[in-house]
Amino acid sequence: MYTAASFTAGFVFGLGLLVSGMVNPAKVLGFLDLAGAWDPSLALVMAGAVAVGAGAFAFMKKRARTLLGAPVLLPGARKIDRRLILGSLVFGVGWGLAGICPGPALVLAGTGSAKGLVFLAAMIAGNGIFEFFERRAARA
Amino acid sequence: MSIAWNAFTPASALIGGAIIGAAAALFAVLNGRIAGVSGILGGLARPQAGDISWRIAFVAGLLAAPLAFRLLAALPEIRIGASVPVLVAAGLLVGVGTRYGGGCTSGHGVCGVSRLSPRSIAATLAFMATGFATVYVARHLIQQ
Repeated sequence: MYTAASFTAGFVFGLGLLVSGMVNPAKVLGFLDLAGAWDPSLALVMAGAVAVGAGAFAFMKKRARTLLGAPVLLPGARKIDRRLILGSLVFGVGWGLAGICPGPALVLAGTGSAKGLVFLAAMIAGNGIFEFFERRAARA
Repeated sequence: MSIAWNAFTPASALIGGAIIGAAAALFAVLNGRIAGVSGILGGLARPQAGDISWRIAFVAGLLAAPLAFRLLAALPEIRIGASVPVLVAAGLLVGVGTRYGGGCTSGHGVCGVSRLSPRSIAATLAFMATGFATVYVARHLIQQ
């Protein structure tokens, strides 16, 4: 049941990425190009997503179980540390270079785009680099 | 700054955004989790019993979306201008950065901002800032 719900959420998420234009790297870069001919569309994607999402997260805040009875595992950390900021700064550089972030990378791979698959493979390799250093740090 | 009115697609952006928000809402209300793609994918690198199938299902949903979309309508325009070496560099940076930063555009940008999480708001400002800066350097300083 949770697996089916998870598939549905991923599927709907992917449809939203397609409809919104987030899957088109040229459009994402058009949004990130403030000094050029700026395409503000992606600000509205965020606004639309947050407007719908905020109600659901507010509803879940007081609950210990989901509607399916699963435990609520929403993160509670509030500390803004160097890791969070440096990691996000690095992510932004990669996002600005290609116009692709992790969700659209998977949807692009689903379209069969060769360049999309190259990006996804590199992203998974980047994930592996993170895991390597994390495990080494854990052993030390 | 000039606005590219011909590229601006307010209706599909708002509707697509609302669909993304609905997916995040569905996932929170049914599975009790953040729909953060980098974390969901990253968790598969350290597989733990009982923690695998929902991750694979979410990823499969994202991969299946364009296949289903194509049955009903033509896929929207997809243009990847970056060369293969740039895509490799970008992918590595996105892979490493999102894991250290604990999230990406979906987990921090959509879910975290929806929850008014201070961490996610800070992360979103950080990756937006370097995203803007990188495009500025690439388009206006290097390519003149």
